[in-house]
Amino acid sequence: MKILVCISKTPDTTAKIAFTDNNTKFAADGVQWIINPYDEWYALVRAIELKEADPSTILHLVTVGGADTEPIIRKALALGGDEAIRVNADSHDSFYIAAQIAAVAQAGGYDLIFTGKETIDYNGSSIGGMVAELLGLPYVSMATKFDIANGTATIVREIEGGEETDQVSVPVVVSCQKGMAEQRIPNMKGIMGARSKPLKVQEPVAAEVLTSIISFDLPPAKAGVKLVSPDTPEELVRLLHEEAKVI
Amino acid sequence: MSVLVFIDQADGHIKKSSFEAASYGAALAQQSGVSAEGIVLGAVTDDLTALGKYGLKKIHTVAGAALDHLDAQVYTAVLAQAVTATGATVVVFSNNLSGKAIAPRLSARIKAGLVSGAVALPDTSNGFVVKKNVFSGKAFANVAINTAVKIIALSPNSYHVVSGDGVAEVAALSVTVDTPKVTVSSVNKIVGEVPLSEAELVVSGGRGLKGPENWALVTDFAKLIGAATACSRPVADVGWRPHHEHVGQTGLAIAPNLYFAIGISGAIQHLAGVNRSKVIVVINKDPEAPFFKAADYGIVGDAFEVMPKIIDAVKKLKGA
Ligand SMILES: Cc1cc2nc3c(=O)[nH]c(=O)nc-3n(C[C@H](O)[C@H](O)[C@H](O)COP(=O)(O)OP(=O)(O)OC[C@H]3O[C@@H](n4cnc5c(N)ncnc54)[C@H](O)[C@@H]3O)c2cc1C
Ligand SMILES: Nc1ncnc2c1ncn2[C@@H]1O[C@H](COP(=O)(O)O)[C@@H](O)[C@H]1O
Repeated sequence: MKILVCISKTPDTTAKIAFTDNNTKFAADGVQWIINPYDEWYALVRAIELKEADPSTILHLVTVGGADTEPIIRKALALGGDEAIRVNADSHDSFYIAAQIAAVAQAGGYDLIFTGKETIDYNGSSIGGMVAELLGLPYVSMATKFDIANGTATIVREIEGGEETDQVSVPVVVSCQKGMAEQRIPNMKGIMGARSKPLKVQEPVAAEVLTSIISFDLPPAKAGVKLVSPDTPEELVRLLHEEAKVI
Repeated sequence: MSVLVFIDQADGHIKKSSFEAASYGAALAQQSGVSAEGIVLGAVTDDLTALGKYGLKKIHTVAGAALDHLDAQVYTAVLAQAVTATGATVVVFSNNLSGKAIAPRLSARIKAGLVSGAVALPDTSNGFVVKKNVFSGKAFANVAINTAVKIIALSPNSYHVVSGDGVAEVAALSVTVDTPKVTVSSVNKIVGEVPLSEAELVVSGGRGLKGPENWALVTDFAKLIGAATACSRPVADVGWRPHHEHVGQTGLAIAPNLYFAIGISGAIQHLAGVNRSKVIVVINKDPEAPFFKAADYGIVGDAFEVMPKIIDAVKKLKGA
């Protein structure tokens, strides 16, 4: 079995969100970068578990990004995986990124392609579906459990109002979220081993750019909290009823 | 030319998020002087002519057993045919779980630029620019769609439902429906609860509640005001509450009219999932809890003392 896990880089969850150049660019100065949590904790760890269960599994990672994504992809390799591919392109257009991943997937002939459910910076929730469409493969989104036997995957996924259990033959594209696996911390052996794993850099294929970010805005600041004394909680109920009109 | 709205249904009933999408699509159609139409896939029991209330002139339907479960691949192929048949120039989805499964596929299939998580009508004064959520509710991006056909997936609870008294015409659309490659062996619906993603009022509890045995403070209050319940991540992690209640950066992102947080510190990762709520109320015994900075109303006090009094006050209010 061959698995491809899509890894993206995002600002640390505590990073200050600010913009420069007339609100056209994310202010990246001093920002710590991490592997997008859904990619790391769920997609990658589940893929590693599948490889542990069947050591003949080949596990590749792919990222579309500039040279600055390399520390992130090395960190991912320290958790597990045989090799990584970096497509040397920097874009925020989901279709363009998906086209790059689809090209890598096509060349590698993978049985499973895992993505995270979304990136925590641009919140697209789009790449998995686009990759699946470009490859003509089924897409199971928002997976919370994944198992595979004899080429058939059994997947639990979140749907509107509940969950469903699906069966699908590989190849398939799956977007992963909480429930798939538990977060792991890379150990020393993994970190040392990752240094010698291949990290292939390839140039992007030609692809269209369907959207472009024009500018960013920050939400208006809150007016400040109105505190009610703990001795008169009924006053809070009155405010919510008469002033905020929510209950 | 038209604006085509994907009407999402579950068990034959149309979802509230689709009324928002319909209202949004109708406003957009009016803005560009075209007609707003809807499309419903699978068997529905609700009266579809009533979608006229939200400004849709015509509803296209496609039935068939292959559409009873949402298979992104099958749905996308049908929608691509519908876009051609109706001459749609904009397709609107709700950015709910269904929208997230299909809209990106449709975007790639017909090469129509997608903005997911839109929060406002497009600005068409210079191109076609849609405002969307980014950085998990901490900022917005204004994104230009550069293709002739455009796809917008509207963030739930971001656009108000506009309801009038129109009646929509309903007609079956003739398209090819493929056989799904994914088979569904079981479906587990959470019945009788307001789904968190659609809830207008949400009551949420954190580690400050000490244990699952104290959750009546959250659930009783929620029931009383007709709210859905949510929780912080550690609470779901230790199993005090089910995983689908976990909100935040790594859980569900919600934007209800009221988010009532009890015994939650307001860590930045928690705020990322709830900071778009219209009114935030915080009950926390620590005046330094970061949540107060993001709140509209608050009580610095012990939840075990404050909540019973709040519950009593609401009972009185409801009784009067
Ligand atoms: C990458 C990453 C992603 C994360 N994603 C999420 C996420 O999606 N969602 C999420 O929630 N967290 C997330 N977290 C965890 C987050 O950082 C916090 O640890 C978590 O939100 C804390 O939960 P809490 O507020 O319930 O608990 P605590 O931080 O323990 O806070 C409990 C609060 O209750 C108050 N309290 C105690 N007793 C009482 C009482 N009797 N009455 C009133 N108040 C009382 C305390 O003053 C305190 O403020 C994430 C963390 C990381 C690193
Ligand atoms: N630049 C990228 N390189 C590789 N994978 C990516 C990239 N961007 C997004 N992905 C993958 O696609 C998922 C969904 O991303 P998005 O659609 O941007 O929210 C992420 O969780 C990643 O698994």
